[in-house]
Amino acid sequence: MPDDLNWAIGGEAGDGIDSTGKIFAQALSRAGRHVFTSKDFASRIRGGYTAYKVRTAVDRVESVVDRLDILIALTERTVDENMDELHDDSVIIFDGERTMMSDFEAPGEMTGLDVPLKRLAEEAGGAIVRNIVALGAACEVAGFPIENLDEALEKRFGDKGSAIVDTNKQAARLGQEYVQDEYDLTTDYELETTDNDYVLLNGDEAIGMGAIAAGCRFYSGYPITPATDVMEYLTGRVDRYGGKVVQAEDELSAINMALGAARAGARSMTATSGPGIDLMTETFGLIAQTETPLVICDVMRSGPSTGMPTKQEQGDLNMTLYGGHGEIPRFVLAPTSVAECFHKTIEAFNLAEKYQTPVFLVSDLAMAVTEQTYEPEQFDMDAVEIERGRVVDEDDVEEWTNEKDQFTPHAATDDGVSPRTFPGVEGGAHMTTGLEHDELGRRTEEEEIRVEQVDKRQRKVETALEREDWSPREFGDSDSDNLVISWGSNEGAMLEAIDFLEEEGVDVRFLSCPYIFPREALAEEIREADEVIVVECNATGQWADVLEHDALERVKRINKYTGVRFKADELAERVKQELAGETAEVEAE
Amino acid sequence: MSSDIRFTDFKSDAQPTWCPGCGDFGTMNGMMKALANTGNDPDNTFVVAGIGCSGKIGTYMHSYALHGVHGRALPVGIGVKMANPNLEVMVAGGDGDGYSIGAGHFVHAVRRNVDMSYVVMDNRIYGLTKGQFSPTSREDFETSTSPEGTKQQPVNPLALALSAGGTFIAQSFSSDAQRHAEIVQQAIEHDGFGFVNVYSPCVTFNDVDTYDYFRDTIVDLEDTDHDSTDYDDAKEKILDADKEYQGVIYQDENSVGFEEREGITESMADIPDGAPDDAMDLVREFY
Ligand SMILES: Cc1ncc(C[n+]2csc(CCOP(=O)(O)OP(=O)(O)O)c2C)c(N)n1
Ligand code: SF4
Repeated sequence: MPDDLNWAIGGEAGDGIDSTGKIFAQALSRAGRHVFTSKDFASRIRGGYTAYKVRTAVDRVESVVDRLDILIALTERTVDENMDELHDDSVIIFDGERTMMSDFEAPGEMTGLDVPLKRLAEEAGGAIVRNIVALGAACEVAGFPIENLDEALEKRFGDKGSAIVDTNKQAARLGQEYVQDEYDLTTDYELETTDNDYVLLNGDEAIGMGAIAAGCRFYSGYPITPATDVMEYLTGRVDRYGGKVVQAEDELSAINMALGAARAGARSMTATSGPGIDLMTETFGLIAQTETPLVICDVMRSGPSTGMPTKQEQGDLNMTLYGGHGEIPRFVLAPTSVAECFHKTIEAFNLAEKYQTPVFLVSDLAMAVTEQTYEPEQFDMDAVEIERGRVVDEDDVEEWTNEKDQFTPHAATDDGVSPRTFPGVEGGAHMTTGLEHDELGRRTEEEEIRVEQVDKRQRKVETALEREDWSPREFGDSDSDNLVISWGSNEGAMLEAIDFLEEEGVDVRFLSCPYIFPREALAEEIREADEVIVVECNATGQWADVLEHDALERVKRINKYTGVRFKADELAERVKQELAGETAEVEAE
Repeated sequence: MSSDIRFTDFKSDAQPTWCPGCGDFGTMNGMMKALANTGNDPDNTFVVAGIGCSGKIGTYMHSYALHGVHGRALPVGIGVKMANPNLEVMVAGGDGDGYSIGAGHFVHAVRRNVDMSYVVMDNRIYGLTKGQFSPTSREDFETSTSPEGTKQQPVNPLALALSAGGTFIAQSFSSDAQRHAEIVQQAIEHDGFGFVNVYSPCVTFNDVDTYDYFRDTIVDLEDTDHDSTDYDDAKEKILDADKEYQGVIYQDENSVGFEEREGITESMADIPDGAPDDAMDLVREFY
């Protein structure tokens, strides 16, 4: 049996699905196994199907696949929802004593394990530990030493006292023993443990951690799925470093507060999702025009409008690239994995301050709710460098003042980057405005000055083009004529897809793009390749459009907009078909 | 901060483009006097302005300043103060800016009670867009967009502030220079959100709420036995629709600014060159 196992627990929202899944994921991670989690959830608090899925292997796992090996089904619907992924060797754990599942029979050749979860839970100390009984049963099926669950249970319930921890441990054992005693399992799953130390975190947490590493001190936001975790992560933690999180009354306020804090010298950020980005758009121009450094994070979900709040999509690219009236110099960064959420957040802060522009950090729901294991060294805090750009203090403010002793916050420098003083710095007082202005920040409509200032702001982007490294991440066969390009969170699925394709004798070169802008080098790549396929989670191919425009060449497209991220095996199949000249039917799930 | 600061130090050399006689001249002079009188200087002062004739105020003053988008000056001011509580933060705007497009922010700024002052130049009209009715316009006020009157109740900004838990609620009249400056000064000195609604007549588009009208009707609370610390007394005055009052109408003397309650005492501008020393602990939380 391969070591790569797909496990899930599903039931109704409010059944404790998330915490049970997380405990299992943590236990696996602490046992030195790699983990990749995903969630199916609906936009409601109680009721409605929800599931937490864990894929685990000793080797790295980068994506979800179309297969489910062990399923804890707290409701019959859970089985129905996952029928496509179940196979003959799958094991379904359910509680036949619960009325809803009393006459349930596992379909086909699958093994159904009827475990009296509720009864055993009560025996252990309370019906509330029902899911832990199921976990114990699942450990037995998976061949995963149950002791590894103990640590995760201690971590989870430790602060509730040892009695609670013991009840949980006991519950797990009762579940395990029940399966041992009552069933003669014919499956032979065997989850190896290793000495590796991993950390397990999701994309929003990685963004929050990156923000703190980068010296973020002020965050204002308004709760919205799936960006809220960023705010919740920072709340309490950023305070330890002298910062603050403010929950604003709406996104308009959130971004303006963040802007105010940035002007006062704080590294400042806000995060939201589609509907919130719409509201913030008004202020994009103000940020650019006042040359205020600000990181704006968009954790995308399915749109348009309120769309599917708990579903995946990469539909906001155009919004972050072009949103706002007038022309707004900006940078758009799209982390390609959970770890990259950390790294790109740090980079976003540096770019924002070095070039005094809005920087969009575009993540998405798939990364926000996916927890992934990493070696802690992946988040190397010693490597973090903070670059604040042209900040001017009392000592050199004179260098930037005119003959009337006025500070010139918008001086038209050669590199386009102007001097910045933080309020409190003597001699640096100045006005800044969203109106077109001169070097002093004074309103003007003079043609010459208008052109000078527009050019100056644009020049910052050109400077950044020269000074920064905007390379995409390259994978696969570097000699291949088949070029696959994607942006953001598709990287993991594509990485595994490359392996699938290789097995079938199809070679591809894969460029995963964390920088949406600038992109001249990419156009060159496209012109040189034979076949180009652009993969993205949206219907119209927003990134493909941009690339075609840049390269003046047509590209092939693979789009998915079902609300579910690409799965590795599915993506491999579609790439194969695309290369063979067949267009796949978009399958709705 | 130096003690020899004069109000003219807060003046920029930009030429105001306000109409001659506009109430905003007086409002601005009073603000600058109040800032100087409270011992502030331009380098530790941050003025945030809204959009409108009123919002141009930041352009004509000399200090750290930001002129933002319509209606959102308050959140900017809150962000500035939260990020550096050592700054004197003053937000200014018009009645349209503050009570119409920015009404939501107004209510929340009041209840958040950040230690800053908010001066609204209330001319009961939209000046900059050339004379449409504003949220404080009277019901029968005829303008280009309300030829037969607004047919809606004017907003009572003081009542809004009181109901939102305002800790300092005052009103002044821009042409009563001395009193206006005093009242703004009290707003600055108040620990919390110091809100001053200033009658600041528009001589070009509003021929109803004129200097003469205010001069004739205004009642200075100093000339009455009003107790500004008495909530019920304040409520009565604020809900009295027949009178225009000047003075501090309500002040909660126990008010403590939000940033102080949140424990912010230092500027957030200074950060280390790299990640915090204990940053690997953040990673280990995910074990
Ligand atoms: C989003 C947006 N909508 C509309 C405008 C146009 N606008 C500019 S000022 C203003 C009203 C200003 O009225 P008020 O705040 O009372 O200030 P006043 O000019 O009377 O001092 C409007 C509607 C704008 N600048 N931005
Ligand atoms: S239009 Fe009215 S408010 Fe605007 S400057 Fe003229 S007088 Fe003042």
